Amino acid sequence: MSNIGSYEERNKNFDWSIAEKELNYKNGDVINIGWYCSDRICEMGKANKLALVWEGLGGIEKKYTFNDIRLKSNTIAAFLKNLGIKNEERVCLFMDKMPELYIGFLGILKMGAIAQPLFSAFGDESLHVRLDNAQTTAIITQRKHVSKVRKIVDRMPYLKHIVIVDYDGKKPLREREISFSMDEAKQVENFDIFPTKAESPSVLHYTSGTTGQPKGVKHVHYSLISQYLTTKWVLDLQEDDIYWCTADPGWVTGTSYGIIGPWSLGITQCVLDTGFSAESWYKFIEKRKITMWYSAPTAIRSLMKAGNEIIKQHDLSSLRHLASVGEPLNAEAVIWSEKVFGKAFLDTYWQTETGSIMLTNFPGMKIKPGSMAKPFPGITATILDPDTYKEIMEPNKPGLIGFRPDWPAMMRTYWRNEETYNKKFVNGWYIPGDRSTIDADGYFWFVGRDDDVINTGGHLVSPFEVESALLEHESVAESAVVAKPDEVNMEVVKAFVTLKPGYEASDDLELQIMNFIRKKLSPLAMPQEIEYMKTLPKTRSGKIMRRVLHAKEWGEEIGDTSTLEDDE
Amino acid sequence: MEDMKDIILEYVIEEYADEEDDDITYDTPLISGGLVDSFSMVSLKRFIENKYKISIPNDKATPDAFDTVNKIEMLIKEFLK
Repeated sequence: MSNIGSYEERNKNFDWSIAEKELNYKNGDVINIGWYCSDRICEMGKANKLALVWEGLGGIEKKYTFNDIRLKSNTIAAFLKNLGIKNEERVCLFMDKMPELYIGFLGILKMGAIAQPLFSAFGDESLHVRLDNAQTTAIITQRKHVSKVRKIVDRMPYLKHIVIVDYDGKKPLREREISFSMDEAKQVENFDIFPTKAESPSVLHYTSGTTGQPKGVKHVHYSLISQYLTTKWVLDLQEDDIYWCTADPGWVTGTSYGIIGPWSLGITQCVLDTGFSAESWYKFIEKRKITMWYSAPTAIRSLMKAGNEIIKQHDLSSLRHLASVGEPLNAEAVIWSEKVFGKAFLDTYWQTETGSIMLTNFPGMKIKPGSMAKPFPGITATILDPDTYKEIMEPNKPGLIGFRPDWPAMMRTYWRNEETYNKKFVNGWYIPGDRSTIDADGYFWFVGRDDDVINTGGHLVSPFEVESALLEHESVAESAVVAKPDEVNMEVVKAFVTLKPGYEASDDLELQIMNFIRKKLSPLAMPQEIEYMKTLPKTRSGKIMRRVLHAKEWGEEIGDTSTLEDDE
Repeated sequence: MEDMKDIILEYVIEEYADEEDDDITYDTPLISGGLVDSFSMVSLKRFIENKYKISIPNDKATPDAFDTVNKIEMLIKEFLK
């Protein structure tokens, strides 16, 4: 029996107070996600239950009970407090998927600061832009990534502490750097958890838009209510489950459903901190007896590519429930998973700003492969006319997705960017920027983005950010960046450039530019293809027309070109 | 002629490793070990194609085929024939 039972019944009688009651929370109470995910679970009698089973390269493993994560998050919280960090100051987590990342997240929340997780593959420039916007006080990182922080530290006077969790003493620490070992530090049994309230800020995740710099999405401790209940009803986590969320906590899935959801429910989760290979993933599921697996379409399509023979070499019978997030899950992947695993990946739709699952397939619901299915109970979702922002009542007619912004995990603002935040609302609807249709049965079907943001492997990349970085390469005169269709990642970054006098187009230069972006921004932002142009299509006023290049890549009609400078 | 494996190894160390990544050998798992992610693998593939004037089709450029310097050498030799 699934946790949700009947979707229709839940919809009829829904109120978010269901989650509040289960979490024993009343309006006005203290609510601290760090406490809910560790101390409360211990108080419920699960102190000795495994919370985290971590596996690194070469099969090295570490195990932590809920009491361990309670103590260690206390220890981290006390350490940060002793550094003089105050509540609501930003503390960045910049690490691979190490235990310190997961437990450090709780420690930051426990002492009232705001956790700012950033993807550890970010290059120094991507890191700087995000730390600068947040005016981050401290960064918790590891030896492997500290060199990127050192490159930009002189530009960040507000950054007071660089905490290295795996310092080995071989090279001297530099100014502002401090070593902290979570396992070797004296464990703090009792820590006075900061009395955060529902609207106290908790997490700052950065996401990319078409224009401007990345936006810091501010969430609050009350988001727990949505994250707890969606985990329970959609991911269907039950007491004996062994859960694996493959997302990196540098992104929102990795915190909402890779930390908060499972641990607030007292569920054991496993983490594999190595690179991707079909063999290592299947081996991990078999070895850890994973029962619930939450992954991403890109990974699923890569597994499809690896073939079905490899699956037969592993006992994957422990799997009982699968779900997917990141970008639309194509029908072929749903059908394939049902064939090879005996159960289909259920697609879920949400984004950094929404903080929790919005549209989703539920256990027990009829699956229409390729559809995002229906709104979570309590979520009012619709399709809006892109010109009038009025609801489209006609089935199968595409429009903009709109949500009534009244669920607990909704973002509260973009950090220091209220103007952009306000633009996300029209006629009382929150507009996530995606287009969809609704069929006659009320199922949502993804159509595409409504802007130029590139969704590559479930991660959003800003064309503006890549274009700006390209211009910093010595050879590039002009740049335009668009999405290019890709079989595995749905979209990848493609750049069009014109070169400065004295530079000649060549394969070696292309590789040099690719690597320049990879190191400066991130591997995700690296153009997988660069096309040299004599000129870029521009309006007569000189604005580069990305849509012309996008249409070319996707084989679409270019549309109105009357404003083009010339037709080359 | 410089050994093919040394050229690849040198490139991997230069482009993808950091100062903490020591002891990278011909058998070090690059992709499954997390040293080179699937996006960065595209740049590694491009380097090899440029260097050896070959074209590796996408269905052959799998994470497994690129997982170690030894495997990459085998792949290159297949296309140099």
